[in-house]
Amino acid sequence: MARTSLLARSPFAPSFWRSPVRGTRFTALLGVVLLGGITLLFVTGLLSYAAYNPNLAAVNDKTPDKGILGFYLFDWPTDPPWLYRLTQGVHVTLGVTLIPVLLAKLWSVVPKLFTLPPARSLTHALERLSLLLLVGGALFEFTTGVLNIQLDYVFPGSFYPLHFYGAWVFFAAFLAHAILRTPTALRNLRRMRAPSQEGGEEHGEHGKPGEGATRVARDEPDELAAPEPADPTVSRRGAFGLVGGASLLLFATTAGRSFDGPLRRTALLAPHGGAEPGSGPGGFQINKTAAYAGISTAETDEEAWRLVVTGRTGTVRLTRAALRAMPQHSSALPIACVEGWSTSDQWWRGVRLRDLAALVGHEDAPDVFVESLQRRGAFRHAALRSNQVADPRSLLALDVNGEELTPDHGHPARVIVPGAPGVLNTKWVTRLSFGGVK
Amino acid sequence: MRTRGLPLPRAVALGSPLQLLLLACSFALAGYAGTRLLAGDWFGIVLWFVGAALLHDLVLVPLYGGLDRAAVRAFGTLGRREWAGYVRVPAALSGLLLLVWFPLIGGRVADRYRSATALSADGFLGRWLLITAVLFGGSALLFLWRLRRATKRRPSADH
Repeated sequence: MARTSLLARSPFAPSFWRSPVRGTRFTALLGVVLLGGITLLFVTGLLSYAAYNPNLAAVNDKTPDKGILGFYLFDWPTDPPWLYRLTQGVHVTLGVTLIPVLLAKLWSVVPKLFTLPPARSLTHALERLSLLLLVGGALFEFTTGVLNIQLDYVFPGSFYPLHFYGAWVFFAAFLAHAILRTPTALRNLRRMRAPSQEGGEEHGEHGKPGEGATRVARDEPDELAAPEPADPTVSRRGAFGLVGGASLLLFATTAGRSFDGPLRRTALLAPHGGAEPGSGPGGFQINKTAAYAGISTAETDEEAWRLVVTGRTGTVRLTRAALRAMPQHSSALPIACVEGWSTSDQWWRGVRLRDLAALVGHEDAPDVFVESLQRRGAFRHAALRSNQVADPRSLLALDVNGEELTPDHGHPARVIVPGAPGVLNTKWVTRLSFGGVK
Repeated sequence: MRTRGLPLPRAVALGSPLQLLLLACSFALAGYAGTRLLAGDWFGIVLWFVGAALLHDLVLVPLYGGLDRAAVRAFGTLGRREWAGYVRVPAALSGLLLLVWFPLIGGRVADRYRSATALSADGFLGRWLLITAVLFGGSALLFLWRLRRATKRRPSADH
C-alpha cells in the first residue's frame, strides 16, 4: 500500500506531471524547428571542418582518426571571400539562438524519461538508449560550443575532436529520431491547423466530437499531455511566445559580433561583442594578442626579424625592407573566427603569396607550410592549399587600414587569405615553405 | 510508428523490424564516431556526455520547475495566479542569459579573455544586471499599465 502511494506521487506516475502546456503539439512544433535548425547547425559545422583543409597537412588536422567521417571533404574555396564569415557566423549565432528551443523541447518530453515499464520491446529499449545519445549528445554539443566561444576550456580534451566526434554521435541519434518522429510531428502540426481547433488556447488534446469527424477518428491519445492537468497559468501560445522571445533575446544580444561598430555594441553579453579593442587602424577584433602568444619585440624588430622563404630553387631570407621593395598589393578581406565572431572587411596591404612562391622557383603556386614565431598554440603552424596561395587577394600583409600592422595583428607580417578561417591567417610569420607541406 | 501495436505477442516483444534496423544503423554510426570520441580521456568524456543529460533532467528541470511552481503558488495565495507571469517571464529570460553566459558574467574566464582578446572582461556582470533590471522593470510597467486600464474600465462599466 505504502509503496503504491509513494509511486503514485513520484515522477513515475503520469499524474505527477501537471503542466497543461505539455502535449504533442507543443513538442511537435519545437521538434520541427529543431529539425531544421540542427540540420543547419550540422551542415555549417561540417563546412567549418572542411574549411580547415584537414586533409592537406597533419598540422591542419586535429582529428587524424576521422576515417570515413571526412568522406565529404573538398578543397575549401577562396570565393566568396566572406564564405567562412557567413557559415561560421550562422553556426554559432544559430546555435546560441536555438538554446531556448532545445531546453523547451527537452522540458516538454521529460515525463517520458520516467515512463513505466522501462521497455515494452527490444526496439523500445534500444530507442530509449538512443535517446540518451540524443539528449546527452545535444547537451554535450551545445555546452562545449558555448564554453569554447567564451574561452572556458574546462571540457575534457581539445575542443576540435570533442565537438567534431561528439557531433557525429549526436547526429547518428538525431537522424534516427528524426526519421522515427517527424511523421508524427507533422501529423500533429497538421491537426493543429485544423479548422476545428481554432484559437490555439486549448490545453487538452481531445478534439471536439462531431467536428472534423475524419480527423477525430484518427486522433490518438496524447501521450505527452498531463492526464490531470493543473489550471493553466499560461496558454500554449503564451508558452511558445516565451520560447520565441527567449530565442529573440539571445539572437539580439549575440548576432552583432559578426559586424563592426555600432552593431557589435548590440552583442551585449556575447564574447567579442561590445566595444572594439582600441581605436585607429588596428582597432578591430583580435583572436590572440602578441602578449598572449608570447611574442617579444626582440624577435620582431627590424634588425632581428627575417622572413625565410623556401622552395624549389632554395632558401631566401628577406628583411622587412626587402619585402617592401617587392610589388605591394591590397585586398579588402574580413577576419572570421571559428568562435563565430568576425570583422567587416579590413584593408590589407603587402606582398602576394604567389609572388613569394615565384621568388623561390614556383611559377604555379603550390601548397605552402606557414610557421609563426608563436611557441605554443594549436595553429602556430598551418598549411594553405595551392588555390589559396594562387588567389591574387592572398597576401603576406605588412599593413592594415593604411598603417603598419600592430603587434596584436601580427607585426611584422601576417597571412591573409580570402574565405579561410581566422587561425589559418597566421600572424607573426617567420617562415614560408612552398611545396613543403607535410 | 503504429506498427508497434501488432497483435502478435512475439512481434510486440521485438518491436518493428524496420525501426530495429534503423536503430542498428544509428548505433553503428554512433559507435564509429564514439570510439574516436572516447580515444582521449574516455572517463571524463563519458562523464560529460551522460552527466549533461542527467544534470539537465534530474537537477536543472526540477530546479526551475520547482521555482516556477513556488512563484505560481505564492501568487495563488494572493488569489492572483495569473499575475505570476509578470515575475516568471523576466526571471526565465534573465536566468537563461546567465545559464548561457555564466563564464563571462561570473568572471571565471576574465583573465584569459582580457589577455587573449585585449577586450575588457569587466562589463558582462553589469550588463547582465542591467538587462535583468530592464526585463523586470518592463514587466512591472506592463503590469501597472494593465492594472490601471482594468481599474479604469470597471467603474465606467458600473454606470
